[in-house]
Parts: sequence; structure tokens; C-alpha cells
Amino acid sequence: MQVFPFVVVAWILGVGLYGVVTSRHLVHQIVCLIVVQSSTYVLLLGVGYVTGGVAPYFFDVPNHTPAVDPVVQACALTDVVVEAAVTAMLLAFAIQAYKRFGTLDPQELADLKG
Amino acid sequence: MNTLAVQTPYTVPTAMMEALQITLLVLVAAGATAVVLIRAGVRQVLMLSIYGVLLAVLFLAFQAPDVTLSELVVGAVVLPVILLLTLAKVRKREQ
Amino acid sequence: MTPRQRRWIFLIAGAGLVAFYLWGLSGLPGFGNYPGPYGFAILRVAVAQTNATGVVSAINFDYRGFDTVGEEFILFVAAAGVATVLRRLRGERERPAVDEAAGRDVPATSSAVRMVALLFTGPVVLAGWWLASHAQTNPSGGFQGGILLATAFILIYLSGEFLVFKRLSPADLTDVVEAVGAGGFVVIGLSAVAMGLAYLKNFLPLGQVPGAVSSSGTIALISFFVGIEVAAAFILIVTELLDQTLLIRKGG
Repeated sequence: MQVFPFVVVAWILGVGLYGVVTSRHLVHQIVCLIVVQSSTYVLLLGVGYVTGGVAPYFFDVPNHTPAVDPVVQACALTDVVVEAAVTAMLLAFAIQAYKRFGTLDPQELADLKG
Repeated sequence: MNTLAVQTPYTVPTAMMEALQITLLVLVAAGATAVVLIRAGVRQVLMLSIYGVLLAVLFLAFQAPDVTLSELVVGAVVLPVILLLTLAKVRKREQ
Repeated sequence: MTPRQRRWIFLIAGAGLVAFYLWGLSGLPGFGNYPGPYGFAILRVAVAQTNATGVVSAINFDYRGFDTVGEEFILFVAAAGVATVLRRLRGERERPAVDEAAGRDVPATSSAVRMVALLFTGPVVLAGWWLASHAQTNPSGGFQGGILLATAFILIYLSGEFLVFKRLSPADLTDVVEAVGAGGFVVIGLSAVAMGLAYLKNFLPLGQVPGAVSSSGTIALISFFVGIEVAAAFILIVTELLDQTLLIRKGG
């Protein structure tokens, strides 16, 4: 249990990269990019976890109960929103690429010159 | 180190919390593999939605409810909607 | 290079990358043994200093508010970018939505979908508003609330009323709302500067009870502005994509 979450993080990263590299459809590639980015959420939350810690909200829990790290949670929150924004931009580019070149295959798109 | 994972009235033994986290981590790894191996289309978007919900439950087990809420709304609402709209646009042109 | 060669080269290189990654990750202090002083320091002082019981929101909007301004502008630029990339090009003309539906047989929206979508619109708006205004107490906050508010508009589209959706969220109004959200955040920071304090310093009265809705100074206000900005940005993005699918076609 000491390293198992990090092994899962590395697995998700590897699997997502495999999907990006060997993809034949731009939308499939974008979804695999989403998977790669989701590995970083698990990594961030795994780094900040404290065994025996409670969530860092002291509304119904007395004020100085040992809690997990809140800073990495704020980072992960920002990360999730940035992922949505980047995906929207990438999809807009995919639509434009389809309109101009007629194909959504990244390996064919790489051969086109301008 | 005491044996309780949570100090609130809802006490959970650490071993049970660890078992839950390990199960969810395995499910998330399997979900990511499934998302990559499915071909592009409505099925992959659905699998991405399920993967988002699995991730959200994992974040809950990691004591991060704020990230859970964000991942739920982004992964189950925003991402599938924009992906499906793009797929509809592309498929329409093929007709 | 054939796809098969590409796959083998990636498997070798990817194995190397993952091996190095795992080697680096094994140097971390292990899962559950978080050592770092920053998290514990903030946990000790956050509730007393900001009167907000939601420490993550206090970090997002007060301690690291500058990062949140950057993130807001990422979203703002993404909405502007999608609108720019998907603008009407030469040779495309816009056909109205009614024209599209006449040519092909579109299955009418089933009554079950329609009923569920319309039933849920009200509670979703309420939930989004509640989340956006309670950032300092519970696990909630501007982002989640804003995206839920955008979901309500998407539900209106799903229930088959695309034209109502377009009328309820005209592009000009959504643009203005998004600008008000992003600008409001910056203005709050600047008004702290105008009072002689640091940018984005929490200068409003902190309230009596930690965790009440009216407590924690600028955190609640910033969360509200962030909520409406995020909602408007996502409505804009979805509207652009909907326009692409339903209206714009290659002219000729």
C-alpha cells in the first residue's frame, strides 16, 4: 500500500500514452489525452494523503482534527477545470481539421503539407 | 498511530479504508485501459463517463470531496457533451 | 514507418519511460506519510485567519488566489478560442435549424427524456446556485456551481427546445456575463490594491461565525464571480459546438 497508488498512476499514464501514439481517430486521441491528464489527479491526491486524516472541512468536525493536505486538493481542482478547457479547444481544432482536410486520421494528417 | 481512519462520529477502521482504496484503484486502472481500448464513438464517450464517476468515488475515498464534485460535473456532463457534439458534427459531414 | 513499427518503438520507449517514472515515484515518502510543512501550517491557521471552514476554498480564493485568477483566464481564453476557431469561414452559410430538420427524419425527443430534463432544470439551477454561494463552508465552490448552472441550459437543449436555448442564452448576453465574472474577480483584487493592501488580500469584514454564508470576506464574493464566469464560459463553448452541428454547413 505504500507504493500501490503510484504504480496505478504510472499504469494509467502508460496506457493513455499508448492510446495517443497508436490512435487512428482524432477524437479517440483526445479522449486518451484526457486519460493521461487524469493520472495526475490521482498522483496529486496520493501525495497529500495522511493516514488517519479526515477531509479538510471543519464545519462539523472540531477545528484541529488531523486532516489530509488541502493544498494538493486545490491544485487538483484547478487541474480538472484546465482539462475541460483544453479539451474544448482541441475539439474545436479537430472540427476545423476535418473541415479542411476531410480526414480525422492523425497518421494521414501528418503527411499533409499545409 | 491510532486505528481509526476518521475521527468523526463515523468511525472507520483503517484496514477497511485501505481495502476500499485498493479496490477503487484497481477499478480505475481497469477503467482507463477500457477507455483506451474502445474505438472512437459513442461507446468510448460512455466509457469515459463511467471512468469519470469511478475517479470521483476514488477521490472521495482519498478524503477530497471538493475534487469529487469537480470531477463529477466535468467528467459526467461537460466532457461527454462536447465530445458527442463533435462526433455528431463529424458524422454528419460523412453523410 | 508502418503503424506496426510505430507500436513496437512506442512499447520499448514507453516501458523505459514508465520505468524511470516509477523509479522517481518510489523516492516519495510513501502513501499516507505526507511530511510536508505547508499543508499542516495552513490547516493550523486557516480557520482562524479567514473564518472559512472550507480550507480548500480558502486556499483557492485567498491564499493562492493569484493562481485562481490565472485559471479563470485559461477558461476565458478557451471560450474565446473556440469561438474564434469555429467562426464562419468563407464559403459557409448558416441555415436555420428548422431547415435542417425538414430534410431528414429526426426522431422526436421522447417524452420521458423531455419530462426528466424539464423536471431537473429547476433543482439543478438551485443546486448550482447553492454550491457557488457556499464556498467557504462545505465542499463546494465557484467552479462546481458554475458548471452546474451551465448544465441547466444543456438540459433545456436536451429536452428538444434548441430554439428556446438559443433565445435564453443569446451570445451577446453570455459574453457580457462571462466578462462580468472575469472582470469582477480582477476588480476585487484591484480594490484591495486601491486600499493600500496587497493584490487580492482579503479586506472585507470576516464575519462572526466561522463558516456562515456571510463570513470570510472576499472569499464568498470571489466564488460567486467565478461561478458565473465558469457558467458563461461553458455555455458559450457548448453553444459554439451546437451551432456547428446544427446550423453551419458548407455553402455552395
